[in-house]
Amino acid sequence: MYDIKAYYEAESVEEAARLLAEKPNLKLIAGGTDVLIKMHGGQLEEAELLSLRKIKSLENIHVRDDGTVAIGAMATFSVIFHNAMLKKLIPVLTEAAVSMGGPQIRNIATIGGNVCNGATSADSASSLFALNARLKLQDEKGERVVPIREFYLGPGKVALNPGEILTEILIAPEDYLGFGGQYIKFAMREAMDIATLGVAAVCKVENGNFAEVRIGLGVAGPTPLRCLEAEEYARGKKITAETLKEIGKLAVRSTKARTSWRASKEYREHLVEELTQRALKTAVVNAGGAEVV
Amino acid sequence: MAYTVVGKSVSRADAVAKVTGKAKYTDDFSERGMLVGKILHSPYAHALVKSIDVSKAKALPGVEAVITHQDIPKIRYATAIPGVIEAIATDEVGVAELKYATAGHPFSLDPSHRDKEDRYILTQRARFIGDNIAAVVATDALTASKALKLIEVEYEELEALTTTEAALKEGAPLIHDDCERNILSSAGYVIGDIEQALKESDHLIEGEYETSIVQHCHLENQISLAYVDSDRRIVIMTSTQIPHIVRRIVAQALGISWGRVRVIKPYVGGGFGNKQDVTVEPLNAVMSLAVGGRPVKLELSREEAMIDTRTRHAFKFKIKTGVNSDGKINGIQIEAVSNTGAYASHGHSIASSGGGKFRYLYQTKALKYEPLTVFTNLPVAGAMRGYGTPQIFFAFESHIEDISRKLKLDPIELRKINLVETGHVDPLNQTVIRSCGIRECIDKGKELIKWDAKKALYKEQKGVKRRGLGMACFSYASGTYPVALELGGARIVMNQDGSVQLQLGATEIGQGSDTVFAQMVAEVLGIPMHMVHVISTQDTDISPFDTGSYASRQTYVSGMAVEKAALEVKRKVLAVAHSMTDIPAHLLDLKQQHIVMKESGERVMELEVAAMQSYYDRVHAQPITSDVTNNARINAIPYGVTFAEVEVDIKTGKIKILEIFNVHDSGKIVNPQLAEGQVHGGVGMAIGYAISEQLLFDEKTGQPLNNNLLDYKLPTIMDIPEIGAAFVEKEDPTGPFGVKALGEPPIISPAPAIRNAVLDATGVAFNRIPMNPQRVFEKFKEAGLTLN
Ligand SMILES: Cc1cc2nc3c(=O)[nH]c(=O)nc-3n(C[C@H](O)[C@H](O)[C@H](O)COP(=O)(O)OP(=O)(O)OC[C@H]3O[C@@H](n4cnc5c(N)ncnc54)[C@H](O)[C@@H]3O)c2cc1C
Repeated sequence: MYDIKAYYEAESVEEAARLLAEKPNLKLIAGGTDVLIKMHGGQLEEAELLSLRKIKSLENIHVRDDGTVAIGAMATFSVIFHNAMLKKLIPVLTEAAVSMGGPQIRNIATIGGNVCNGATSADSASSLFALNARLKLQDEKGERVVPIREFYLGPGKVALNPGEILTEILIAPEDYLGFGGQYIKFAMREAMDIATLGVAAVCKVENGNFAEVRIGLGVAGPTPLRCLEAEEYARGKKITAETLKEIGKLAVRSTKARTSWRASKEYREHLVEELTQRALKTAVVNAGGAEVV
Repeated sequence: MAYTVVGKSVSRADAVAKVTGKAKYTDDFSERGMLVGKILHSPYAHALVKSIDVSKAKALPGVEAVITHQDIPKIRYATAIPGVIEAIATDEVGVAELKYATAGHPFSLDPSHRDKEDRYILTQRARFIGDNIAAVVATDALTASKALKLIEVEYEELEALTTTEAALKEGAPLIHDDCERNILSSAGYVIGDIEQALKESDHLIEGEYETSIVQHCHLENQISLAYVDSDRRIVIMTSTQIPHIVRRIVAQALGISWGRVRVIKPYVGGGFGNKQDVTVEPLNAVMSLAVGGRPVKLELSREEAMIDTRTRHAFKFKIKTGVNSDGKINGIQIEAVSNTGAYASHGHSIASSGGGKFRYLYQTKALKYEPLTVFTNLPVAGAMRGYGTPQIFFAFESHIEDISRKLKLDPIELRKINLVETGHVDPLNQTVIRSCGIRECIDKGKELIKWDAKKALYKEQKGVKRRGLGMACFSYASGTYPVALELGGARIVMNQDGSVQLQLGATEIGQGSDTVFAQMVAEVLGIPMHMVHVISTQDTDISPFDTGSYASRQTYVSGMAVEKAALEVKRKVLAVAHSMTDIPAHLLDLKQQHIVMKESGERVMELEVAAMQSYYDRVHAQPITSDVTNNARINAIPYGVTFAEVEVDIKTGKIKILEIFNVHDSGKIVNPQLAEGQVHGGVGMAIGYAISEQLLFDEKTGQPLNNNLLDYKLPTIMDIPEIGAAFVEKEDPTGPFGVKALGEPPIISPAPAIRNAVLDATGVAFNRIPMNPQRVFEKFKEAGLTLN
């Protein structure tokens, strides 16, 4: 039984924003797969919930005229996975989507909830980091757009101001066009599990060289992160096993892994080094490059 | 023998009920005005309760009762009818101090064979994190939860012993004052002269092996509903494997006569041994008594069930084996330390049962088994599928693999040299092996996995992903004889149309026993399955006496009663037919709803005609029924083997099981599809045991770290490969229709087979399970395998 004191539903973003402004106590609920778990665990008591589920406009996925891919915050992972356009343009994201939870969870969990929950293990986050995603936030007064890298502040903490709602996730054409990518979710189980490490790598290949590499990691620190040093190193390098090896090593330098009963720092770092190489290897092929042997 | 229904994959008796949602589980029942109970658990692994203030909790609107250890005797006195308070459990201590034993064993008239009485319904001394300190009854779950937070308890923390090493240390505090050195029991055995046998062996091989604490994770958590009926009796509906035993233990816990308790078992969502124990029921009864007998439902959450019911014992083994160069094993010496957690439960019998069932596999001149069952301040370990055998077989089947490597002998041949044969008599309990298909099981498994071809293929591997093959054997038993009483009860009533109701004391908990019992009855009476109506609910007021579902006993032990009951009905039907036709009954038989001539098959009359006669004959009417108890003073030994193929990722430490086959000799298979289901479930469980599952605790505080299904890595269907199940049907002459046990056996041998396959793939021997990625990575690093 859940400790719910009040429950509101908004029909539009404007209405939701107004309600939020009026009642600062309101807690947004999308699919509820994080919110309800928190309530079950007693971390959220006497909740007053504002549901976004009736706002159909937030489920929209489309490409803008300028080529920007816009994903509504209320798009579920099932919808994202089955979206033919996304599968074609940004398959690394649809892969991440299907790696998440199990079918029932994917049918209800939203990408907006995944991002706003602020977990380093969020399966969409590593890919969104690698894709330089930007987040459109709206409140009663207006809109703003923030890069996802500035959105994550700490474990469970995101840069949502009081009254703000995430409405869209934006991926610019220069960040995905011509890129190949790969997401590896390393978890103890093949489904229904939280990643021990999530690695999303995207790259652009030119004449056997890396034109650009971007690596997003989940669970390699308190928030999802990028491996800027490794990315910088990769730029212009010939794609060889040695290069990949070096990228793997450098990727570890950007991490802030720690030892917990779930996994040791040493093991996590080892995984970062190994799986970054594996992800990038596949990304190269997906970007049209030759397989590295 | 040729049967018509036995041996066929007929669909489950409860398939439609379950698929349509008509099958009712405890949570589907409610009573008018039903209240909800919740438990306050100890946050300390070892602590004394100095004081409890419940005033704030009681003041919360919606709270009907708050109960602490101080209230228990009062509740008992207030509700017991004068003169019937009986301190059955313990004579020497007063009612206020009533302690009881929880293990689901049949009662023993011999006091020295009874389980240890060490539990209070609510305790003043917490012995693990999760121990029951207080309870609340409220109008709804939310109010009850809020009330729990308002109970103020002052604890005095005591030193927590979270490992068997700490518990055994000189001067360690005692978890139970009457158990020296924190040892619950140390009953082992010696056969032959072990010193001599080891001495005269060509090789002496030693090894140490370790298993972990795991949990049953049955789908349906513990749940019960208790109230006092108009007859002033306590009625408890509960998700249990052992209704008749629950009745006895609740009565003992409350100090009332056994007849004043009625237990009802509806459909059950799995148990795996965890419900062969009494957990929530006595407290639930007390909750109802505290509110004047009103109905109270008590349901554990997953987080509670994982620490406050039972777990599987973690074992540490030291094995020393003397072997001759030809592979003949002369002597085996096994030392075992078993972590039984905070209370006795089944602890004393699990170490000894594992050591007992192990004896039926290999023949040696000498065998010494020295188990120590040790208390710690961790959750209570109890019965779980396999009951000590998955532990000992993990150790020994790993050990024998190590022996084969050291002696450069083929692991399969080494086993075959030492296996028992039909006719073997156990030197300690005189059990006779009357059927033994282990050799055929091995040959079949070897063929199924294409052992020889793959072995050749995987000889020289250098890559990141390496493959290997492994196998392991086991022996088990069909029920607990000669250790405990093995009563089975069955009752049959024939209807006017020749169909029957079958009442059982044996409990269906998902394994399919109702179906196989119905098949037995259908076979004997020559009627189709749809004419056998199984009463799936056990109600101790109504159902025949039978101790329930455990020890893989039901098809064998309760099946004997069912067969007898059906034969009695058959005899009565044929007697009626004889009275009507004057054909001697011994010339008649029952086939396809007809009474037929045994030899020719000629139809004499429809079964229905005889049944009608039995109801309505003006002179001799007497409806046909039978009510049978069978006391099985015999056992039959099932065997089996696992063959596994794995692929190991040397860099990440991940083990992938590519193929796995379990081949069983469980005697005659009554229902192949259900039997396969048992094997699939057991092997799946064993895969978790081998590579991913472990309940973790903070070593300092005893705090459980992963008592939820996110952090406890129970495998999903995506983690389980297709499981091959095959059977070698060595019919046992003692079993009904030649059956032997199958319920628990599938879980016994996969873990060592997987371990041996990993060894084959990588050359690294894992002597500790689970082999989860981090451990595998670390061990590879140690062995110099992870080269970056
Ligand atoms: C069984 C199970 C398995 C899971 N497996 C995975 C997994 O494999 N990988 C993974 O990453 N996660 C997993 N999760 C976690 C969870 O499902 C995801 O994080 C999911 O994406 C959350 O989305 P939701 O719509 O359910 O969010 P909710 O629970 O509704 O909300 C989550 C948080 O985001 C806020 N929020 C939601 N929408 C908005 C918005 N538009 N604007 C501002 N704030 C908002 C809420 O207030 C809340 O704080 C699992 C959860 C469960 C229960």
